[in-house]
Amino acid sequence: MTQIDKDIALVSGPPKDINNLQKIATIIGLSGLMILVLAAFNVNFPNKGIWLSIALGAIAAGIILFSKGAYGDKQEGIKNDGVWFKSISSRGFVGWIAGILMTGFYIVLYFYAGLLGLNPEGENTGVIALFDPLSRVLSGNAASQWFVYGTLYTVAIIAFGIKFMWKYRHNRYERLRTFSVMFFQTGFAFIIPELMARLNSDSFKLPYYDLKNVWPLNYYNFEQYRVDDMISAGNIGIGLLIFGVASILVITPIMTYKYGKRWYCSWVCGCGGLAETAGDAFRQLSDKSTFAWKVERWVIHSVVVFVVVMTTAVVSTYLGYDDQKYWLTKGTFLIGVVALLTILIGLLFFFRREELKKDAKVGAIGYFVIILAMIGIHYSTGSKIFMFEAETLRSTYGFLIGSVFSGVIGTGFYPILGNRAWCRFGCPMAAIMGMQQRFFSKFRITTNGGQCISCGNCSTYCEMGIDVKAYAQKGQNIVRSSCVGCGVCSAVCPRGVLKLENGDDAGDSRYDSDPITFGNDGVKLNM
Amino acid sequence: MKHIAIIGNGISGVTAARHIRKLSDHKITLISTETEYFFSRTALMYVYMGHMKQEHIQPYENHFWKKNRIDLKLGFVSRVDSDNKKLIFSNQEELVYDDLVIACGSKPNKFGWKGQDLDGVQGLYSWQDLELMEKNTQSTDRAVIVGGGLIGVEMAEMLLSRGIKVTFLVREKRFWGSVLPKEEGELISRHILSHHVDLRFETELEEIIPDENGRVKAIKIKNGEEIKCQFVGLTAGVSPNTAFLKEGAIDLNRGILVNEYLETNQPNVYAIGDCAEFHQHPTGRKNLEQVWYTGKMMGETVAQSICGNKSAYQPGIWFNSAKFFDIEYQTYGWVWAKPKENEAVLYWEHTNGKKCLKLIYDKNDLSFLAANVFGMRLRHKVLDRWIKFKVNIQYVIDNLDEANFDPEFYKNNFKVIRRSFNENIRNHSIIA
Repeated sequence: MTQIDKDIALVSGPPKDINNLQKIATIIGLSGLMILVLAAFNVNFPNKGIWLSIALGAIAAGIILFSKGAYGDKQEGIKNDGVWFKSISSRGFVGWIAGILMTGFYIVLYFYAGLLGLNPEGENTGVIALFDPLSRVLSGNAASQWFVYGTLYTVAIIAFGIKFMWKYRHNRYERLRTFSVMFFQTGFAFIIPELMARLNSDSFKLPYYDLKNVWPLNYYNFEQYRVDDMISAGNIGIGLLIFGVASILVITPIMTYKYGKRWYCSWVCGCGGLAETAGDAFRQLSDKSTFAWKVERWVIHSVVVFVVVMTTAVVSTYLGYDDQKYWLTKGTFLIGVVALLTILIGLLFFFRREELKKDAKVGAIGYFVIILAMIGIHYSTGSKIFMFEAETLRSTYGFLIGSVFSGVIGTGFYPILGNRAWCRFGCPMAAIMGMQQRFFSKFRITTNGGQCISCGNCSTYCEMGIDVKAYAQKGQNIVRSSCVGCGVCSAVCPRGVLKLENGDDAGDSRYDSDPITFGNDGVKLNM
Repeated sequence: MKHIAIIGNGISGVTAARHIRKLSDHKITLISTETEYFFSRTALMYVYMGHMKQEHIQPYENHFWKKNRIDLKLGFVSRVDSDNKKLIFSNQEELVYDDLVIACGSKPNKFGWKGQDLDGVQGLYSWQDLELMEKNTQSTDRAVIVGGGLIGVEMAEMLLSRGIKVTFLVREKRFWGSVLPKEEGELISRHILSHHVDLRFETELEEIIPDENGRVKAIKIKNGEEIKCQFVGLTAGVSPNTAFLKEGAIDLNRGILVNEYLETNQPNVYAIGDCAEFHQHPTGRKNLEQVWYTGKMMGETVAQSICGNKSAYQPGIWFNSAKFFDIEYQTYGWVWAKPKENEAVLYWEHTNGKKCLKLIYDKNDLSFLAANVFGMRLRHKVLDRWIKFKVNIQYVIDNLDEANFDPEFYKNNFKVIRRSFNENIRNHSIIA
């Protein structure tokens, strides 16, 4: 035995094959996709409405039939056979091809929409023209690349959502949660904003507003053109503006206190919705190492600081040069931001000192000082916006975070980095709720006494890269800022060890652990 | 600072090492001949089925051992010289210890069947067994599993995941008949059958028949029937892996004999986990306990003793769990296959035949004794408290919701269960 530790060479085995129904489903789905590709290469389809329906219908039907082939004749239960044998789900050749194609799609979508046939001056061509009829039905306008993307996004969440519900049909938590993201995507993200656009006229104009898309995920929500639109649209507009502010300052804290951030991340959010449905096959690819966790903490909290600074800069700029128009003055706004941040940091250090690791303290205080200094410089000098132009900050954020991180890397790299890379490393909304979830929430994943066998299923299938078993095998509850509450760790646990719960309170008992296996009465501890 | 040598890097040895490190600065050497890094033995099946890879079933990252100053040593101990406190390895290397913990685990039972050592015939316990199984099942159409216990059903699930047909020989009238009571055994038997396993009760292996290359080509059962197969899984339990101690001075029976402090007859030599056999079990349970959780507890206990806080092994209320294909099982307290004289039984089964709950209580004082649950999850800490404090069975029935550990939004059946149990309890008391 020279190489005891080597991985087994797995060369064959049925779990990676697909059955006949799945082959047929693949043909149907790919032919739907083919129509879109042909359109993108400027094949001019007649009766665009019909061809679009055929294409979308075939894609959805392909996905759903494929799921039937996968789960239809199997009993209810966990369906992870062969996950690490299949090329697509184990970073194999097919996985890489899928990743490259999706990344390419995102690059074209964000930066070269002209290639898809976008023509803001006149008639659309290409694949965007194919979507014109549907767009006209909904909003009355021609399609844009964002409409094409929104439609495909919604179809993906619905079709893969059905797949996910089929896969977890024994698990009511998963079914309800998936139904919820399908509903919010279809209704709130897709149909309602398009219909709202119908109400617009020359005298009345609402911004395109996906109501569930909360700042800072929706980083542009308080940009001047949107705020101006809302103010000029009377009571409805003002209502929307107040809702936008309340979403992050009132609704989010209350919901997160009661249920943890899962109320948003895995029940409502569109990014989360796509990750949980289309991205489900890639959840095991998230990096579980403590090193990755460390990178995660620094990167995601840096994005929070970036979005806070950027938004503060942008808002204070337009408040500043047009101070007749707004009720809020630039000075009051900046003082308000400083006061809010001071209160939050104060609460954290007052109530949860013991729970803060050293790097968290360094990071929190360091970033707090930097933000105060930037606002201070700005407040005293007045002319320059922080050290940078607000517009530079805005466009840089939009490019780096809004497009490259959340789209190109976040989704394009599903088959390489796992399905929640954006949610884990980049999403500022997730970070803010995460901080609250870690320190001021009733939510926790309870470990069931001493029943853990350290098998590793929970950690492997955690899309957020949390090493769940590290807690479970110590009899410790899992209280982690990144947990989106998808419930899959609990589902795949073969011994019934994990339960997502909202406890009676948010007190210190959440953090308790059993230093000795529960049920071992012999060891008397005086450690 | 002592030098603690630990033979075996399974859950028992690793738990001992971790706790010795928590409590002291002793030098720790963790010896294994199996794998460089600790892995979860209970998760081997998931590697074969493609749910996980080897790295996923390792509970600690590779840098953990260095950080915690636990030296890992790959090597086979061929002899323990307890007089000179010395280990002799198969390559003649020697290692001197101050305290020795033997946690060398088990090996699959072979009961002297004809053909039991043929190619394509194996048990499933170690990493090497898994590698062998991978190799042995490459071109297998039908497999036969001998022995209806936990490893047997896991092996059936593994083989089916690769599209291999399975014949499952069980000596008893139902699956795991030595442990499970009739109703539960039948429930699981039905479930195994529903997965298209050719499950045969009261069937024993006669012999394993080789082809011209010395590889299994069929088996014969006691009634003379021959079953063609290319793989035979021997899963009729495990026994302590103590062959390397046969020459030494450490007392052995089936396992390494220990007292309640996990001490062997030799000074400074302890045995824990699967390989340890009590002269008399501290709580009256069986003298060999080959379970993940008890191995963990013995590791924690021996660490205390080695670090100066001499502690007897004193496990609390028994618990265990398993998963049979899609049905989870938990047990709390001791549910006997046949109820004892003083025990009364409450049993409820869902109409779908995949869920059940059994409560055992004392007929005389109505105290709650034990529970078996299939297809539902119960809360360990609540069940433990109820059993430990001998609460009244009526209290248990009335407060089942407190013990619910199913995921949120699951429909629970406690209302129906309560009604059924209350009715049963009335009937019991009328009979009494």
